[in-house]
Amino acid sequence: MILPEIGHFALVLAFAIALCQAVFPIYGYYTQQEGFMATAKPLAVMQGLALALSFGLLMYGFLSHDFSLKYVADNSNLDLPWYFRMSAVWGAHEGSLLLWALILALWGVAVSLLSRGIPEKMGSLVLSVMGMIAVGFLAFMLFTSNPFVRILPFMPGNGADLNPLLQDPGLIFHPPMLYMGYVGLSVAFSFAVASLISGEFDSSWARWSRPWTVVAWAFLTIGIALGSWWAYYELGWGGWWFWDPVENASLIPWFIATALMHSLAVTEKQGLFRRWTLLLAIAAFSMSLLGTFLVRSGVLTSVHAFANDPERGVFILGFLVVVVGGSLTLYAVRASKVSTPGEFGWISRESFLLFNNLLLTVMAVSVLLGTLYPLLVDALGGDKVSVGAPFFNAVFVPLAAILVSGMAFGPLSVWRQSDDPKLFRPLIVTLIVSILCGLLWPIIFENEFATGTAIGVSLAVWVAIATQIDVFRKVRAYGSLKTLLARVERGIIGMWMAHLGVAFMIFGVVMVENHTEHRDLRMGAGDTQVLGRYDVRMKGIEIIQGPNYMADQATFEIYEGEHLYKTVYPQKRRYNASSMVMTEAAIDSGFTRDLYIAMGEPLGGGDWAIRLSVKPFVNWIWGGAFLMGFGGFVSITDQRYRRRAKKSGASAEAGGAAA
Amino acid sequence: MNRVLVWVPLAVFAVLVGFFFRGLDLNPGEQPSALIGKPVPEFLATDLYTGRSLSNKDLPNEAFLLNVWASWCITCQVEHPYLTELSQTLPIVGLNYKDTIPASTNWLAKLGDPYQMQISDPDGRLGLDLGVAGAPETFVVDAQGIIRLKIQGEINDRVYERDIQPILEEFTP
Repeated sequence: MILPEIGHFALVLAFAIALCQAVFPIYGYYTQQEGFMATAKPLAVMQGLALALSFGLLMYGFLSHDFSLKYVADNSNLDLPWYFRMSAVWGAHEGSLLLWALILALWGVAVSLLSRGIPEKMGSLVLSVMGMIAVGFLAFMLFTSNPFVRILPFMPGNGADLNPLLQDPGLIFHPPMLYMGYVGLSVAFSFAVASLISGEFDSSWARWSRPWTVVAWAFLTIGIALGSWWAYYELGWGGWWFWDPVENASLIPWFIATALMHSLAVTEKQGLFRRWTLLLAIAAFSMSLLGTFLVRSGVLTSVHAFANDPERGVFILGFLVVVVGGSLTLYAVRASKVSTPGEFGWISRESFLLFNNLLLTVMAVSVLLGTLYPLLVDALGGDKVSVGAPFFNAVFVPLAAILVSGMAFGPLSVWRQSDDPKLFRPLIVTLIVSILCGLLWPIIFENEFATGTAIGVSLAVWVAIATQIDVFRKVRAYGSLKTLLARVERGIIGMWMAHLGVAFMIFGVVMVENHTEHRDLRMGAGDTQVLGRYDVRMKGIEIIQGPNYMADQATFEIYEGEHLYKTVYPQKRRYNASSMVMTEAAIDSGFTRDLYIAMGEPLGGGDWAIRLSVKPFVNWIWGGAFLMGFGGFVSITDQRYRRRAKKSGASAEAGGAAA
Repeated sequence: MNRVLVWVPLAVFAVLVGFFFRGLDLNPGEQPSALIGKPVPEFLATDLYTGRSLSNKDLPNEAFLLNVWASWCITCQVEHPYLTELSQTLPIVGLNYKDTIPASTNWLAKLGDPYQMQISDPDGRLGLDLGVAGAPETFVVDAQGIIRLKIQGEINDRVYERDIQPILEEFTP
């Protein structure tokens, strides 16, 4: 079988193409040769095809159980179901890098197909920068992390199996979504670098990079939400966020990207904050790379830890220095020439967005510091320390509360000067209503009063009502909701959705954090426990045989009064190949609460330690996050992006596909 | 003013890189084992091949490696040739961890058996006493039977020269 060699060859080919894509267009730019500049788009497409072939062949290696490939032998098994064999491609280091590179190339293809409205010079510079990033990543893969390494002549008869933690439907989608976000930020980065190279800092680069940033942000949002959801039901602890370094590594670029999205709006509409926006665009992608470095080099430990390899760490660090150091140097040299014309009043949309940006940046920096602190202390010769949830919560919760209180003002204000009190008058009533909601909520929900809940519920209501006020104002301005939906910028609709998503999420978070009912019990067959308004009865335990694991499976009957509401089956699995023991919690998901039943350890005599929880409104956390991400996708269906594509000769479909 | 400010991001990044570079040499996962400086825990187990019972008395009276391995462990297969080479000069005791007898004896028959002695630990009980998290793990035990070092992961040339050899030299009279 020579297919893996072809896959390897395609990878080398992609590297060569990326090298050309990095060099030719920028050479053409500096020597004013259109021919060289025009190579950018076909090269980007070719690189995409080569990587798609390489990726497809690695996946085929998994599907066909080619254990002569070390990567397949380490991460697959004859008993592994086909859908997990597909997702196993990105189940470990080498394959996830290949996915990273493939997605980068696909973004390059998207840019080359959808950038017809952008001047040739700019487009080719952008693709050249993306080519440079690809060169670095592909070199990293080829020299330190080649997924096509063979174990010959003694190939194993069976593989070591995919890490059981990753044998889960959530993991089929979580990494690709997350990488779409991480890597998508490279487009905004490339636009920023291209405009620094060309010295053209007018608002047009902001307009061009805005939809790309929003899509990347939307993917990142959904990717993070999927990761959190996966941790919730797969790790068996029932938590939804752990402030783990790997999670933080995705949260930091998210904050920066959120700031960037808001600051791009100011730069596009008002031509302000140019320097700051350029810096954010560089920072957002740099943080993605930094996250990759932290996760892949093993400088930090994590529940998600992958293989530690200092050689890889040195390589990524070098790459980071070239990309981030290079772009920041370029920034330092060029940005002082960026002029920022115009002024804005103390109370204006600009100032609210500035406030938003400052807070988001402080949040990103504090998460970064908290994540790196153990490393910094260690490097300075101190003890090995760990920074946990208490630190992050203490820093993060107040900042988030301030940011969210400000969220009401931005959309209601206007550009430049916004000191007309009429604009904000409805907020007085909103404030009273939201505080009342926060105070009265315990009566409605029949739980004990908690200050955190009162503040959180008030904030959620505050944002939700303020968003509605903006909607009503726009409806009045357009005459009817229908005209509004047809005519208004889609970005505004997207913003409403995203802001409402934040409100839902805050509500979910405060309810779960303050009112989870939780018990660790010893239970045997026939035992019944009261959980909220349910009686939970353990019927028995049996041993069942899965495709690649054995499990102790408990049967729980949940009664609501006399009536049997549901029967659930939590499991304790032991995977055959790796002997790893995994907890498979039984979760009854609902709109207002989740019932969460997980098996702990066997206690002898047929009894087990059982963890029972009722988690109120936990799904609102992910629901809110999905609404935010979805809002991002809605906002790029805007006419502006479509019209421009049409004017320059592309079909309306192409513009729609960009969306 | 602005001329200076625009260099600030680069300066901050440079400081971070310094820390990262330093951080690469440190291993956060390297938790000092509680057993370092203590004798190998008391055990009563069986020999993988003969089923004869084994205890601490059967361990070598010189410095040796206690290698935790299993036939299901791919990394064990990777380090196996190196262990074979090493066994010429340094005795290696195998701890066959959470494995079945047919699978492990087949594995040894196919790849060769460099181990001086094979302790069978099918349910991982001895592994638990040793604080084993997974395979492969290797303990460096000196001539007095005191555990001097624990290594998680593959043993190779680099690990031997960097970590094992200095320890052996230090604790060999």
